[in-house]
Amino acid sequence: MAIEVRIPTILRTYTDGQKAVEGSGATLAELFADLESRHSGIQERLVDGGELRRFVNVYLNDEDVRFLDGISTKVSDGDNVTILPAVAGGRL
Amino acid sequence: MRYDSPLAAVGNTPLVGLPRLSPSSDVRIWAKLEDRNPTGSVKDRPALHMIEQAEKDGRLTPGCTILEPTSGNTGISLAMAAKLKGYRIVCVMPENTSEERRQLLAMWGAEIISSPAAGGSNTAVRVAKELAEQHPDWVMLYQYGNPDNAGAHYATTGPEILADLPSITHFVAGLGTTGTLMGVGRFLRENKPGVQIVAAEPRYDDVVYGLRNLDEGFVPELYDESVLTTRFSVGSEDAVSRTRELLAQEGIFAGVSTGAALHAALGVARKAVTAGQSADVVFIVADGGWKYLSTGVYTAATTEEAIETLHGQLWA
Repeated sequence: MAIEVRIPTILRTYTDGQKAVEGSGATLAELFADLESRHSGIQERLVDGGELRRFVNVYLNDEDVRFLDGISTKVSDGDNVTILPAVAGGRL
Repeated sequence: MRYDSPLAAVGNTPLVGLPRLSPSSDVRIWAKLEDRNPTGSVKDRPALHMIEQAEKDGRLTPGCTILEPTSGNTGISLAMAAKLKGYRIVCVMPENTSEERRQLLAMWGAEIISSPAAGGSNTAVRVAKELAEQHPDWVMLYQYGNPDNAGAHYATTGPEILADLPSITHFVAGLGTTGTLMGVGRFLRENKPGVQIVAAEPRYDDVVYGLRNLDEGFVPELYDESVLTTRFSVGSEDAVSRTRELLAQEGIFAGVSTGAALHAALGVARKAVTAGQSADVVFIVADGGWKYLSTGVYTAATTEEAIETLHGQLWA
């Protein structure tokens, strides 16, 4: 088991075009660091100064992590993480 | 139950338990059947309340023209009330909404102005605001910013739910104008300490995002994030698959946005199970599936095919 991470079109250049990749870690920060080890450059697009980048939305099992613990949100095997650019007009 | 007129029959909808979809006897899911309103959707509540408040304020007087940006349900509710009360109504609706909605609006005498698919509801709002400037005598009730939208839910939906289920722990509804969540959310927070208010936001695939407005994002004036406990983003696949599950398991024939609310309800229910807590989770069935039959999502052989039929369409 691992954590499935869905990658938006705009970031698939880092994942050889894959729509979803797998990773591991106890928190989102660790998960993103783990992704970086195989998909170099992706972490910087997601994290800025130890926080989630402002125009990136991250969902843990579809729940907006900004309402959880942000980048410190705990994750575990079998979870599903979705990354989306904060599309203008698509975000209340 | 007896009412003096059709408009008096808005609200007082059933709250039904869903034993097959509830994870356990301690964590229960309840559906508030808003499709049982006179025109078949939750929007009858805010539409009627906004009209009646505008009449009280003197903003709406006999012979007036009502103008409203709507993806369907609010327009249908307003059109029915306008017909009975003798107002003319003009609805601005995105061109990529279902044929059923157009026929329902036309049936109650509404005039429809189509706004471009690009930008979806945001563009409809912009077009309606332009029309309002050109026609200062028209009355735009404006569901996205009218406090009487949330006020309807504060006054009726919230109290009904709490009276029927005093043990409620979570309230879940779709996030559109935000009126339901703001109104019910405020009422429950004031009257049920610790209650969680959960939003289910529609998430469209890349195709629909491509159609959407790349201008500034639109946040309804009613939206107050502090009312929410958390927010789920639900993709078309999950919305469709939950809509079909609700039909197959519990026999409830609901619109696709209801599938999104159910998905979020099951998400918070699963968290309660994991945490070993009991929960009574209420979600809103915003409308029935009738208006979406032409999409084919209910009769497709598999959920995968159903998802394919909805590809590229707005469903909430």
